Amino acid sequence: MKDLLKALPWIGPAVALIAAVVLFPVGLMFWNSTRDISQSGVDDGGVGLANFATVVGFQYFWPILGRTVVWVVVVVGCTLIGSLALAALLNKAFPGRRLVRMAVIVPWAASVVMTTLVVHYGLEPYFGIINSFLVDVGLISTPEGYGWTRHPGTAFAWAMVVAVFVSLPFTTYTILAGLQTVPGETVEAARIDGAGGLRTYFSVVLPQLRGAVSVAVLINIINVFNSLPILRVMTGSIPGYDADTIMTMIFKYMQNQRQIDLASALSVIAFLVVIAIVAVYVRVVRPLEEV
Amino acid sequence: MTAITDSGTTPKKATRPPSDSRQRVRKYTADQVPLGSLLLRMFAGLVVLVVFLLPYLIMFFGSVKTKAEIRSVDPTYFPTEWHWENYATMWATPETPLLQNLISTLVISLCATLLVLAVALPAAYYTARFRFSGRLVFLFLVIVTQMVQPAVLTSGLFRQFIALGLLDTWAAMILVNAAFNLSFAVWIMHSFFASIPKEVDEAAQIDGAGTFTVLTKINLPLVWPGIVTAVVFTFVASWNEFAASLVLLTTAGNQPLSVALTKFVGQYETSWHYVFGVSIVAIVPVVLLFMMIEKRLVGGLVAGSVK
Repeated sequence: MKDLLKALPWIGPAVALIAAVVLFPVGLMFWNSTRDISQSGVDDGGVGLANFATVVGFQYFWPILGRTVVWVVVVVGCTLIGSLALAALLNKAFPGRRLVRMAVIVPWAASVVMTTLVVHYGLEPYFGIINSFLVDVGLISTPEGYGWTRHPGTAFAWAMVVAVFVSLPFTTYTILAGLQTVPGETVEAARIDGAGGLRTYFSVVLPQLRGAVSVAVLINIINVFNSLPILRVMTGSIPGYDADTIMTMIFKYMQNQRQIDLASALSVIAFLVVIAIVAVYVRVVRPLEEV
Repeated sequence: MTAITDSGTTPKKATRPPSDSRQRVRKYTADQVPLGSLLLRMFAGLVVLVVFLLPYLIMFFGSVKTKAEIRSVDPTYFPTEWHWENYATMWATPETPLLQNLISTLVISLCATLLVLAVALPAAYYTARFRFSGRLVFLFLVIVTQMVQPAVLTSGLFRQFIALGLLDTWAAMILVNAAFNLSFAVWIMHSFFASIPKEVDEAAQIDGAGTFTVLTKINLPLVWPGIVTAVVFTFVASWNEFAASLVLLTTAGNQPLSVALTKFVGQYETSWHYVFGVSIVAIVPVVLLFMMIEKRLVGGLVAGSVK
C-alpha cells in the first residue's frame, strides 16, 4: 500500500478527474432514471422503474430501436468495406500518395457538424448544389430537385452517407497500420505459388488484418452508436419520430420535452446496450489480444 | 524516376512510436511497379482526393458567394464574383454572436488541452516507469473511460453541473472535454515513456537526479512526439465537441461554434455563405494541426488506443 501512496501524487489528479466527470455522472444518471423529476428540475421522489416503462411503452420506441440497429450496422459495414479498399490503395506506392493521404484526413479533423451542414445545404431543393448536380446529370427530372432533407427516410439515408464519410479516415488509418505489419514474405510466397493479386489479398493479407479490423470495428460501433450531430443537423428539423435513433431521442426528451428523468432512463438503456455490445464483441472477436 | 517503394511511411528517427512490430515491417510488394498499374493507382488516388475534399471545396466556394447567389434557384458551382469581404461581415450576423462563439471554442479547447496535459503526463510517466499496487486497476479504469462518450452521459452531466452551479460555464465544458480525452492522452504518452530504456533513468538517478528532474530533463525531450500527438488530438476533439456543449451551455455567447452553427438550419432564409465562411475559419487550423501528426496516425494511434 505504501507504493500506492507514493504513486498518488502522480495518478491522483487523473483518477479524480475520471471519478468526478465520468463515473459520478454515470451513477447520477442511473439514480435519476428511477426518480420523478419535474420540468423545472425538482426531484419529486422515487418511482422505481416507471420511467423505463414509459420510455419503452412510447409508441415509437421499437421503430427507433430498429432504426438504431440499421444505423449502426449499415454505417459500420459500409465504412469497413470502403476503408479496406482505401487502405489497400494508400498502402501502394504512386506519385502523389502523400497528398491523397492528407486529403483523407480532412473529414477526421474537420467538425462533423460543419461537414454535415454543407451536405444539408447541398441537398436543399431549388438552390442546393448536390441537388442541382443530380438534376444536371439527369438523375432527377424535376428542375427544383428533390426534398431530400424534408422526408425522414431520405434524410436518414443521407445521414448514413455522411456518417460513413466521416468514419472512413480513422478506419482507413487503422487498417493502414495493420497492413504495415503484414510480412512481405507471406505475400511473395503466395505470388510464387501463382496466386493473383485479389486472391493473395483475400487469402493472405486479409486474415492478417484481423486484429486491426476488429479494433477499428469495435471503436466504430461505439462512435456510430453514440453519434448525435449528423442526425441532429440532417433530420432534426423534421417533425415526428420517423428518423430518430436512441441517441437523438435522448436529446429530444432532454431538450424539447425537458423530461430529464425519461432522458436518463433512455440513456441508461443506451449505456447498457453499448456495454453489452462491447462485451459480446470482445468475447467473440477478441480484438484486444492480437494488436 | 526514383525508386518508388510500397512501404508505408518512411523510416523515422529513434523517437518513433513504440510499437514493436514497426521494426519488423517489410515492404509487402515488389519494388518495381509497371507503369500501367502506376497510372491506375494515380487515377484512383485522384478520385479519392476529389471525393474527400469535395464538401470542403463546396464550403469554400460558397463562403465567397453573395447571399443572393448562394440562394439562387439556378445554383452556380463556382462563385461568379469572389466576395472576400464575407469573411469580415459574417461575424455580425444576427443568428448567433459568432465572435463570442469563436472565443468560447478557443478558450474551452485550450484550457481542456492544458488540463489534460497537466493530469495525463504525470500519470503516463509514473505508470510506465513504476510498478505499484493498483497500477493495473488504474490502467483498466483508463481503458473503460475510452469506451464511454459524453453523449450518452449528458443527462447525468446536466444534473451534476446544475448542482455544482457550473451549468452554462466554460469550466463545465473544460472539465468534460478534459475527462473524456484523458484516456487517449494517457495511453499514447504511456507507450512513449515505456519505449525509453529504464537504464536512461537509472543512469541519471545515479548522478543524483530526483524523480521529477528525471522526468523533466531526461524523459520529456524523448517523448516529445507523443506529447504533441496527445495535445493535437485533445485540442481537435475539444474544438469539434458537440453533444455535451449542446446541453451544458445554454447561453448563446457561451456556446462553441459547433453548436452555434446548427442554429442556422431551418431558418427562413439561412445565410449559408456565412455558415461556410465560419466553417472554413474553424476547419483550416485544425486540419493543419492534424496533418502535423499524420505520420503518427498510422500505428501510433492504434498502439495508443488499444494496447
